Amino acid sequence: MSTKTKFIATLAMAVATTGLLVAGPAQAKVEGDTITLGAALSFTGKYSTAGKHTKNGYDLAVKKINEKGGVTTGGKTYKLAIKYYDDESTPARGVQLVERLIKQDGIQYMLGPYGSGLTKAMAPVSEKYGIPMVEGNGASRSLFNKGYKYLFAVLSTTEQYLAESIKLAAANASKIGKKPNELKVALAMENDPFSQDIRAGVLDDAKKFDMKIVIDDKLPKDLNDMTATLTKVKALKPDILVVSGHSKGASLVIRQLDQMKVNVPMLAITHCESAKVQDKFPGKSDYTLCATQWAATMAYSDKWFGTAAQYAELFRATYDGYTVVPYQAAESTASVLVYADALERAKSLSPDDVRDALAATNMKTFYGPIKFSAAGNNTAKPMALRQIINGKYVVVAPAKWAEKPVLFPMPTWDKR
Amino acid sequence: MWDNINVLVQAPIFNVQLLIDGVLIGAIFALAAYGMALVWGVMNIINIAQGEFVILGGFVTWWFTVQGMNPFLGIPVSFAVLFVVGWIIYKIVIRRVVDQDLFISILATFGISILLQQLMNVMFDSDVQTVESGLGTYFMFDDTVTITEIKVVGFVLALVLGAVIVTFMTKSKLGQAIRATAQNARAARILGINTDRVYAVTYSLNAAICGAAGALVVMTWNVQAFQGLAYTVRSFMIVVVAGVGNLPAVVVSALGLGALENFAGFILGSEFQMAFIFSLLVVILVWRNFRLKKHRQVLR
Repeated sequence: MSTKTKFIATLAMAVATTGLLVAGPAQAKVEGDTITLGAALSFTGKYSTAGKHTKNGYDLAVKKINEKGGVTTGGKTYKLAIKYYDDESTPARGVQLVERLIKQDGIQYMLGPYGSGLTKAMAPVSEKYGIPMVEGNGASRSLFNKGYKYLFAVLSTTEQYLAESIKLAAANASKIGKKPNELKVALAMENDPFSQDIRAGVLDDAKKFDMKIVIDDKLPKDLNDMTATLTKVKALKPDILVVSGHSKGASLVIRQLDQMKVNVPMLAITHCESAKVQDKFPGKSDYTLCATQWAATMAYSDKWFGTAAQYAELFRATYDGYTVVPYQAAESTASVLVYADALERAKSLSPDDVRDALAATNMKTFYGPIKFSAAGNNTAKPMALRQIINGKYVVVAPAKWAEKPVLFPMPTWDKR
Repeated sequence: MWDNINVLVQAPIFNVQLLIDGVLIGAIFALAAYGMALVWGVMNIINIAQGEFVILGGFVTWWFTVQGMNPFLGIPVSFAVLFVVGWIIYKIVIRRVVDQDLFISILATFGISILLQQLMNVMFDSDVQTVESGLGTYFMFDDTVTITEIKVVGFVLALVLGAVIVTFMTKSKLGQAIRATAQNARAARILGINTDRVYAVTYSLNAAICGAAGALVVMTWNVQAFQGLAYTVRSFMIVVVAGVGNLPAVVVSALGLGALENFAGFILGSEFQMAFIFSLLVVILVWRNFRLKKHRQVLR
């Protein structure tokens, strides 16, 4: 190709691209009596299990809202629908798909993907086009300090995940004959943004009580053994061990504490439910404290699903293979409910009006109260801690929702 | 860091704990490294899919255990299943790249590793899986040192399998054919050795040993479709340190690296565990190069 033809070809490409950009979003995705929301979810790849929970949550909300007559706004009633794409658990693909949903499919209301990483990748795109995104699965604190105007999250942010365990230990310190400031804390947190946010929250709270941090390990991403960290726990005898390393970390710490017979009065971790530790390590997982966004035993309710317990029952009846409803599904359902509520209050169906209605959200759902801060995260709902007792999850904190008092200290292995 | 060293000085018993655990962990890695040394030495292929074979072995054991099988039968069952998997992969892909440039075979096995990851993800879900061995823990020194029995099983298996492989290589006819092929494939072919079959057996044997290692991994830690890389990297390192085609050295290097890694995790924190091992690898390679240079100068 000569230089001249090359130049012309490049010029033609540039003109075509500019044309595409100027054309703006295709026809808005409100056709007849259906409002279509868009979502890129992980159906394949490493988040495929969580992606499935998310989709089930979204679908159940749409089904229920449509059964109840749909969404009425501006004197007209609409049904809801969702257009899905598979992001293959990769941020790069996710970004392409958000572009595609907004530009080609004309989607004007986005739902979030699964996980903080993918949400972080997709949020700037929807922000660029001024399309609101309501998400229930990106908890990272860093999503809410970028000044995004169109991102709303129904869940509690990461730094709150395990902070409650520190308060709980402080309140129960006398049971092991100590004052709160005499307690020793060990942290083993995966070296990823999610777990490091959790770590920051725990450190803040430990500082409030003047507790001593004796171990502060960052677990590698390709984590497959915790022997070194747990030997340190054995040697330094902390009173609280806090671990966050997704499902791998959850199953590994419970298994290896038992294998190495390491005694620690309190163990607080994330991802118990997704690692199914209660089924995989019966007896051995008892007394573990697990962070949860939501539990079916909490006394929240709304006009669509009734109580949290009724939601859980309907979810299990609708989808096979669930004994415990994962909170990932519940928060996904709640995201759609937020849209239903905001669309009814919005002045018009334009993304900006819907965005303003979303920002003014103040509602009660089966998932908990929802009210967004200026940054877009939900500040009305607390995190909860559940303890595994005889293989069952029992809410022990915060005090308002506690079903039973926490069992503390955890009995030593020779007494179990 | 100094605090942690202080702990080890004040309470030396924890050195024992770290050493024992490290050596036992190293034994499981040794299993994965045997096969890599074999394939590398005989076929001149660096098998990037090594870790995926381990994880697949773990999933096979897990799957059969869920169907009601005794978890310990998982070791021979995973061995057998992975032997077949290895054979199929050899017939479809590896035989086409075995005489090619090293770069091509690395690309090919890298492709196999991605394919296996995604297949496992589809077949077994992206969940983390574990199998309960039902074994307990030994206690020593007033219960301060604990030894997990399943890790001891892994250690014994690693030694036994190592001995079996060495005997197989030196005594059996096929083993001798494998060694002949490793020395000079063309000459072996001229002398009537079916090198294609030798390669097939070598590659399948590698997959099979990894499968057995996987059965131990799922009983000791856990498996997940995307966890294989950790095992590939470690076996690679063990073989680089030990030298290709030297099985006893593989055992020593695996146990040594396992112990060092565990101490590094304790003293520096687990985020520096791998970094420490990689730095060590650089030091070893530089030192070895230095020694070889000296040797060459003497020859000159």
